[in-house]
Amino acid sequence: MSLGNLLSGPPAIVAAGVDVFSEALRAQGADVHDVDWRPPGFGDPADLAALALDARRAAANRTAVERLLAAGSVLVDVRPAREVIGLTDRVLLHSGPPLTWEAASGPMRGALVGACLFEGWAADVEEAEILLSTGAVALDPCHHHRTVGPMAGVTSPSMWMWCLEDPVTGGQAFCNLNEGLGKVLRMGAFNEEVQTRLRWMRDVLGPVLSTAVRGSIDAGNDPLDVKGVLAQMLQMGDEGHNRNRAGSLMALRELSPAIVASGAPSSDIADVLRFIGGNEHFFLNLGMPTAKLALDAARNVPGSTMLTVMSRNGTEFGIQTAGTGDRWFTGPANTPVGLFLGDFGPDDANPDIGDSAIMETYGVGGFAMAAAPAIVRFVGGTVPDALATTERMYQLTLTENPAMAIPIMGFRGSPTGIDVLKVARTGWLPQINTGMAGRIAGTGQVGAGLVQPPQQCFEQALAALAEEARTA
Amino acid sequence: MQLRSGVYADSVKLMQVSRRIGARDGVSAVLVAMATPLNLELAEGMGLAPDGGASPEQLLIAVRAEDDDALAAALADVDAALAERERSTGSADAIPHRTIGAGLDELAHDAPALAIVSVPGAYAAAEAADAIAAGRSVLVFSDGVPVEQEVALKRAAHEAGVLVMGPDCGTAIVSGVALGFANVVRPGPVGLVAASGTGAQQVSCLLDMAGVGVSHVLGVGGRDLSEAVGGLATLDALAALDTDPATERVLVVSKPPAPAVVAAVEEFAAGLSVPVRSATLSAETPDLTAAVEALLADLGRDVPEWPSRPGPAEQAAPGAVLKGLYSGGTLADEAMLLASPALGGIRSNTPLEPDLHLGTDLSASGHLVIDFGDDALTVGRAHPMIDPTLRLEAIAGVAASDEAAVLLLDVVLGYGADPDPAGALVPALQAARARKSLPVVVALIGTEGDPQAWSRQADALAAAGAAVFASNAAATRYALDLLGAST
Repeated sequence: MSLGNLLSGPPAIVAAGVDVFSEALRAQGADVHDVDWRPPGFGDPADLAALALDARRAAANRTAVERLLAAGSVLVDVRPAREVIGLTDRVLLHSGPPLTWEAASGPMRGALVGACLFEGWAADVEEAEILLSTGAVALDPCHHHRTVGPMAGVTSPSMWMWCLEDPVTGGQAFCNLNEGLGKVLRMGAFNEEVQTRLRWMRDVLGPVLSTAVRGSIDAGNDPLDVKGVLAQMLQMGDEGHNRNRAGSLMALRELSPAIVASGAPSSDIADVLRFIGGNEHFFLNLGMPTAKLALDAARNVPGSTMLTVMSRNGTEFGIQTAGTGDRWFTGPANTPVGLFLGDFGPDDANPDIGDSAIMETYGVGGFAMAAAPAIVRFVGGTVPDALATTERMYQLTLTENPAMAIPIMGFRGSPTGIDVLKVARTGWLPQINTGMAGRIAGTGQVGAGLVQPPQQCFEQALAALAEEARTA
Repeated sequence: MQLRSGVYADSVKLMQVSRRIGARDGVSAVLVAMATPLNLELAEGMGLAPDGGASPEQLLIAVRAEDDDALAAALADVDAALAERERSTGSADAIPHRTIGAGLDELAHDAPALAIVSVPGAYAAAEAADAIAAGRSVLVFSDGVPVEQEVALKRAAHEAGVLVMGPDCGTAIVSGVALGFANVVRPGPVGLVAASGTGAQQVSCLLDMAGVGVSHVLGVGGRDLSEAVGGLATLDALAALDTDPATERVLVVSKPPAPAVVAAVEEFAAGLSVPVRSATLSAETPDLTAAVEALLADLGRDVPEWPSRPGPAEQAAPGAVLKGLYSGGTLADEAMLLASPALGGIRSNTPLEPDLHLGTDLSASGHLVIDFGDDALTVGRAHPMIDPTLRLEAIAGVAASDEAAVLLLDVVLGYGADPDPAGALVPALQAARARKSLPVVVALIGTEGDPQAWSRQADALAAAGAAVFASNAAATRYALDLLGAST
């Protein structure tokens, strides 16, 4: 037994706790590194110890991380939700943990109403509200269908979905098409402008993209490597959640030849290219299912304390872990802090909403803030603040994703695999970048900013993981 | 309302500018943004739409103010805000490491390193587990760690090929680096495995005084040789010292261990190439100094005359009792084991037999040995090696009592201890001896190389009328002599 070289020479010391030790060691000229230890932010000490000492934990987290890192993501198809996930009439998917109409926030209600109108299930808002409030239209989380959706995430049977596949596991994940900014369904707007756009997306954009994607693959081309685009955009000033400019342009570049070759009328092709080129967040709906594929690959690893989902429905924030399967741990969603469009202000903002925190769960978005310093200015921060945010997130995560390198960090991989135990021990909550929807249904986007999950989710997850560790 | 061409700023910057202008007195609405269709729509919603002809490359500055002055000031502020440049105000290096795991991550992986954990006991396991996971040994100074957590940590450490020193380990020396309460001891061929902190200090200091020195002192925590823990760390420490080229002999220092565990340790030690001797305190082997002397014989070294300062050799008053006031638990045990055959039962807060327990009355009459370092007496205050208050009060109590007595004390030097223990003790001893005839005997545990220097402390204590011994066993025997009760 060599004790890891311990006896081979004067050891460097890493010390946590009272500093009298460190002073005496410095007096001897020893190489001392003090840890800024604090009592954990939350959690029963016995639970923390049970997890820290769970003999399965290290290997389980290694397994979860390996699966996450190994997962790929290629674009294999574009199809309506009805076909892809068997979404039937009178069922709507939404973002976040399970939700009732009664508990739904303004923008979620607006989006649900808008979807009922779009599907023709209701002739007007009043009728739609009756369908929704009586349960005649059922609600189900996107995450229960291998699906993710930004903001309200409302997905109805006629909406076209990106169909992504993990070549490693054969897993699949889905996401609807991004509508653009401003008054859009996902932000809770549902007026005629929204309906017109949704119909055009159903009748023109979806079919063109579908033909383009299938046609390209049928012609023998490799399917679009979406994970590769996500990796590249981190080198180009995007963080993949609140900033998708480079990614959207790259997606446009990759898809354009096949779109042009789709055989659609040239006016439709021009409209499609203009629509994609005019939408800085077009790529978000490709990035999210890419992250979803990786995190689904890491599901169901007993003993793992790694998060597989962070998601919000505008009312509650919910998380899931690799060690606790499909169980949700929820708490009231916080309201983001940030900058507002026009004369909207903090009072207009709805609490946190959307499945897009899957990006942070995957280690990009707020975790890769250093790659996109522009984002931190939403809260008046500076470039060093952006670096500090990413630096801090390394202490919450299990690994660094070498595929998602951050140039300014010396091409260090992004901090990846959020560990519930580390969140408790550091007392630092994950950093999420997000858009802000207006709290009144129909408003649309009011701003963008930064937000953190409520601590309650992590408290519940920690207790459940500890309970599971004790009975394992 | 202005439209400017040839000016570009990104949307985040412009939203910041809008917020700043909107916060000005006299401004009711503001939009500073590139004139994209979305922003024009927003402006229209605010009743601030330009008359037409705007293109997305132009910068739209729309402000509604109460009067012309407020408007002019707001527009000037827009220019100022657009012209401002951010300055770096900090650095990512400022992010502190919150856990042992994060701290160890920063070290070179091939260099020797050790984690030290002195956080509250309830939280110690997670920090120690970080070190094990990183392939590093860890010294756990924290007490109050549940024994099942200790066992889990030590099993995990064994699997990982590293060592858990502790919990409640206050003393270690690794390659000359003194950790916790430890003395400046010359490097030498003897490795110590210690389930006892002050025991390890006594042994290592005597080895230093004998000119021998130590290779390493590996503390394993006071419970390691208990039935529950089963010597997990002791066995790993022995195995490590067996492969250490600097270690030629090993001494295991411990309070009375569980018999089954002793047998297991002895059997394990017999299979090693390095010779292992034990210095475990018991009624049969009550003397750490004797164990050191036996080890010196093994090494073919002469036993030196252990340093001392003879006191005034005053005899105790008839009927005097022993008052042992200790800061080191193992030293207190050793004193009781040596004195009990001559004096009979000695009452204590850490007694040899349960029926000799003092309870909370530390000033009971008769023969007493008190361990002021016991956990029950250190709640909410520093260890008596650092804070002498309680013991000084006890000395004054002995002086004030009508009971004739001999005072037996330990003074432990080295890193972590009071920088000048004699400084506080001398006036207390002088005051006590001024009140009544009170012989004082001190076991002074330390070395010449300690920051406090053994001889400087010894001279000061001797000048105050104390007899001073480097060996606790010698000090105890001298006190028994004074009581006329030598064995």
